[in-house]
Amino acid sequence: MTETPEETKPEPAAQASEAKSAQPAKPAKPAAADAEVSRRGFFSWAAVAWVGFTAAAGGCLTAWGRFMFPNVLYEPPTSFKVGPPSDFAPDAVDERFVESNGVFIVNDQGQLYALIAICTHLGCPPNWLEAQNKFKCPCHGSGYYRNGINFEGPTPRPLERAAISIDPDDGQVLVDKAQKFLWERGQWDDPSSFLTA
Amino acid sequence: MEAIKSIINFLSYPEWSFTLSLILFGLAMWSKALWTKAGGWIMLILITVFFGLSLFDPNFFVVVAKPDNVPIVMMIYIIGFFWWYAMYKAHQNDRRIEAGEPTFEKSESEDRIFTWPDLVFSEFICMVLLTVGMVLWSILLKAPLEEPANTSVAPNPSKAPWYFLGLQEMLVYFDPWMAGVVLPGLIIVGLMAIPYIDTNKKGNGYYTFKERKTEIVLFLFGFVILWSELIVIGTFLRGPNWNFFGPYEYWDINKVEPLVNVDLSEIIWIKILGVGLPGHWFVREIFGLLFTAFYFLVLPVLLIKNKFIDGFYQKMGPTRYYVGMFLFLTMMLMPIKMYLRWFLNLKYFVHIQEFFLNL
Repeated sequence: MTETPEETKPEPAAQASEAKSAQPAKPAKPAAADAEVSRRGFFSWAAVAWVGFTAAAGGCLTAWGRFMFPNVLYEPPTSFKVGPPSDFAPDAVDERFVESNGVFIVNDQGQLYALIAICTHLGCPPNWLEAQNKFKCPCHGSGYYRNGINFEGPTPRPLERAAISIDPDDGQVLVDKAQKFLWERGQWDDPSSFLTA
Repeated sequence: MEAIKSIINFLSYPEWSFTLSLILFGLAMWSKALWTKAGGWIMLILITVFFGLSLFDPNFFVVVAKPDNVPIVMMIYIIGFFWWYAMYKAHQNDRRIEAGEPTFEKSESEDRIFTWPDLVFSEFICMVLLTVGMVLWSILLKAPLEEPANTSVAPNPSKAPWYFLGLQEMLVYFDPWMAGVVLPGLIIVGLMAIPYIDTNKKGNGYYTFKERKTEIVLFLFGFVILWSELIVIGTFLRGPNWNFFGPYEYWDINKVEPLVNVDLSEIIWIKILGVGLPGHWFVREIFGLLFTAFYFLVLPVLLIKNKFIDGFYQKMGPTRYYVGMFLFLTMMLMPIKMYLRWFLNLKYFVHIQEFFLNL
């Protein structure tokens, strides 16, 4: 182990000393060296290099940007129909669309609304516990009443509502998750955040 | 037997088990008998007997024997062993220093030792043994794989990797921004800052407890109680819906635990003063803001004369002292908040939804 480094060491040292001994001869040359690459020439090459680098980096960025918008998205559509309003029993929480679309359809005190099944604490999907009449998050124990208002655990705000309306063509309930209604901004009074059954 | 089990179940609820562990931690740091060979053996036997007998309980067995949780049982033993070993050596050295003898490390060798072979060789042996252990482990205990991921279904309970369970426990008590970003960031930065804050040169290259009592107690409090114990709690005692379950309790998904949390502003304005919440956030949260200002600005000054950290201000100077104090007080927010949640159902000291600023 210890012997080999000693054997190899002299070489770099020798090279270094050669390089050093070669350098003192150079001061005579600089004029010639300058003549080979002029100041103007250097800058035009540097410009070419920079343009090339920028173009390559820009190309990579563009490709990356395009990657963010795939041709096909294997995601459920944000706007979907959940059946006629008569499907939803009064004072019940409908869990049929949680797995496919991530919303609870709640029929509560004559109002029908869609609660987005994402905990407002850190984004886990909460479960509906019928026996306890509450939504409960399995990750940190946040709890919400049937209407989505938070009351226990660490979550700072209520669940969000998705836009809900009646499709004029076939009378089905249409949920649009692209539009959200936040309680703390007073948006739950918005007529598109609920249906009056 | 059932009576003993229900007593242990009751005592393991966080308000009692945490209090108990604080008392035990204090006693352990104060005790000398524990950090002897006999003390170490007794603790080892006690823990093993507890685990061994408890394994006969089906509910305990289900949780402990999960492939996910086996390393945490190992962790309890490993932390216990290294804690005991360091304190054992430290107390031995303290006795030697008191008698005017050289420390154990000095008496072993006055010189420094070589990296190769002294260090590298033992590292190599450790590596081989660890690899063998990992291979055997991966053959004997199957990786706990689950069904393909689905964004709208989370396992119940959903647990972070074991080393993050302390953080997950923290998230139960704090706003996600605080517990997920600010406090973990402060933990990392604070640990990195220790060498610049700690001016006590004693204990460099040898074990000692007497010469740096405060430093060791503070560090162990953070590491053993606030980090490791919370990992153990998160692993063994948190069940479905992140409810708390005693070690012999069945993980009932429908367990009802009423937890209505209220903010400090609601406690003061509504419960005590009997008026409604003021409209403007600054007036509403004034008590929480005053508490925070007092806690971080006035308390460090008041604590200068505290017996436990007496002389630290003189040794460290104002800047170091304040930075160290700030980190210490931030750490202490965790147990304070836990107790306030358990006994007063406090949610946040400061709850400014307007800016998503919650403490």
